[in-house]
Amino acid sequence: MSVDQPLVVISRSGSKRWISAADTAARKLGLKVGMAASKAQAMIGNLHMVDADPVADAAAVERLALWALRQYSPVVAVDGTDGIVMDTEGADHLQGGEELLISGVVNGLRGKGLTARAAVADTWGAAHALARLTTNETTVVPRGDVTKAVIGLPIHCLRLAADTIQALRILGIDTVGELSALPRAPLTLRFGPEVGRRLDQLFGRLAEPIDPLRTPDLVEVARNFQEPIGAPDTIAKYVRRLVAQLTAKLEERGLGVRRSDLIIHRVDNTCQCLRAGLAKPVRDPARLTKLLCDRIEKIDPGFGIERMVLVAVMAEPLEIKQVANALVEEAVVDVTPLVDILGNRGQRLYRITPVASDVPERSLRRIGPTAVETGAEWAARWPRPSRLLAYPEEIETMAVLPDQPPVVVTWRGKRRRIVRADGPERIFGEWWLRPREMQAVRDYFVVEDEHGDRLWVFRAGDGVDAGTGSHKWFLHGIFG
Amino acid sequence: MSHAPASRLVEELRDRIAHLEGSVSRKALVLPFGVPDVDERLPGGGLAYGALHEIAGGGAGTIDGAAAALFAAGIAARAKGKVLWCLTRPDLFAPALSQAGLHPDRVIYCEADKEEDVLASMEEGLSFGGLAAVVGELVRLPMTASRRLQLAAEKTGTLGLVVRRWRRQTEASDYGQPTASTTRWRISTLPSEPLPVAGVGRARWLAELMRIKAGQCAEFELGACDAEGRVCLLPLSSNGSDTSTWRGSRVG
Repeated sequence: MSVDQPLVVISRSGSKRWISAADTAARKLGLKVGMAASKAQAMIGNLHMVDADPVADAAAVERLALWALRQYSPVVAVDGTDGIVMDTEGADHLQGGEELLISGVVNGLRGKGLTARAAVADTWGAAHALARLTTNETTVVPRGDVTKAVIGLPIHCLRLAADTIQALRILGIDTVGELSALPRAPLTLRFGPEVGRRLDQLFGRLAEPIDPLRTPDLVEVARNFQEPIGAPDTIAKYVRRLVAQLTAKLEERGLGVRRSDLIIHRVDNTCQCLRAGLAKPVRDPARLTKLLCDRIEKIDPGFGIERMVLVAVMAEPLEIKQVANALVEEAVVDVTPLVDILGNRGQRLYRITPVASDVPERSLRRIGPTAVETGAEWAARWPRPSRLLAYPEEIETMAVLPDQPPVVVTWRGKRRRIVRADGPERIFGEWWLRPREMQAVRDYFVVEDEHGDRLWVFRAGDGVDAGTGSHKWFLHGIFG
Repeated sequence: MSHAPASRLVEELRDRIAHLEGSVSRKALVLPFGVPDVDERLPGGGLAYGALHEIAGGGAGTIDGAAAALFAAGIAARAKGKVLWCLTRPDLFAPALSQAGLHPDRVIYCEADKEEDVLASMEEGLSFGGLAAVVGELVRLPMTASRRLQLAAEKTGTLGLVVRRWRRQTEASDYGQPTASTTRWRISTLPSEPLPVAGVGRARWLAELMRIKAGQCAEFELGACDAEGRVCLLPLSSNGSDTSTWRGSRVG
């Protein structure tokens, strides 16, 4: 089947066959969700029709939800038939914030061949509505701005029954704003309490806890409290106990934690989460406790905590290894505990490894802090500056073309007379990777002014042929 | 009344005084520069492990901190083990550190958005133990923060290095403020070593030891770090430099 052949999914209700989903090509030709299948067939000749399989769809959505649970957030659930909902609180900082989190989700799904739209809002209802009704791929509603964002949306985003929506439409109510302006009592008398409940959930006046998705193979321990707890010391004490239970359970199965979530249920029926990720599978209670207790001040106990759950969302096999005890050699210190602690605070940790490239800014790459040590080093024996500017800055110079270093350099308004210089070190463009750099050349010079400040400057171009560069001078780095 | 507790008390007090004085007993716990003129100015004969050392640049180096970072890299390179380098502005060029003897496999960078996070990461790194050195690039170093870092370093014996770099050259007067660090250095660039041919020779620094616990201030003209992180004495006298003192350390 070719890509541009329109594709629709056909659902049945009774004897009626109608379109329940259509791809971009089909929508371009004027097919809509809800249209009768026979009509669509009459409109378009080579229409590809697939029978809907709700059971397989539900299973696929659940698989997606499980993926999101491992990757993004501790509290994930299936939302309706076509979406997933996650509580991003306590997990977004690991991805660098809400914006990066949801663009990461959308991009991750695109990598799997799926088109997704995502929204972050204060309430489940608002996020549900915005993700389905806006055309943007990602929407982030700032804290407290839910009312403004949803007031103009049509009422079918309210997760109400179809006949209720229909009846409200007949009354002339189209948007959420119009509905919320109506007096509540007659509305409840006519349509039941559901309309008011959904409105309150949308605006965040009524809590709507997400019941997190769980699979049988997740290792989970929980503790209920007869009296709600709130003091940080008490929380830490119970975290320690839960961690001990969890590690005991993991030991039975021979697993180690890679990602663990602490879910805290408060008495007002809301929950909070803390997520801790680890670079390598771990079963050491002290390390896990430290990671979770490190961020205990992020927990807002409110009126008290009545239940704490600790889940090992991602667990990997961990075998006991015998450590060779050498008397001569010094033990290699494992830095993963430190990496875990700093990484869970949201710090960006990395190592830098050489890349085989002569272009300075491309000669390095960031790798994970615990990546395998290759022992690779930069091959260049020429001196390199200890500070490299993010972008080369244009400078004014006086220099004899083609091969002489500059005599005078003016950078950031300061004129420097050059006393000594070394160069040129010619670096060619990487034409085998980037066709535009077929002829590009940079000539690097190390220059030193009369005060001893050493700078790394280059001329774009070889000084003869204008095709090799603009012949402008740039400063690229500062030597120590 | 027995004598035992009293004498123990006296012993303890002596220990504490020795500790305050920069301690003769911890002689082994220093990292020598390998330059006798510098080492004899430092109590114990080198930079103390388990202490905080401040390094700043002079002149234009107050902003870019290029020489200061390289000086810190040289010290860290000579210590054994991994190095945690905490920063907010990721403009450090790793090949230069590698040329100062700090292999890329040994450095873990920790990039934070705020200065406070750098302080927190440094403290965590220092109290972790098992690292050779923890380097932090900071603008401000308040007394309380520096004391916390110093205490964390003392507990584990890790070398704490703070590279101070400011946004503007005028802000560098902040470097006069007292902190709890054991030594305080200022590294300014000097005209490089003259070569018999055209070109740039070995970089030279003016290393000012501005403050030191239980020691006297001094200044040295040093040759910049070689491929193993070692510095050497490289004064440039007007009547031709006396090369015999430094040639040896450069080769060896």
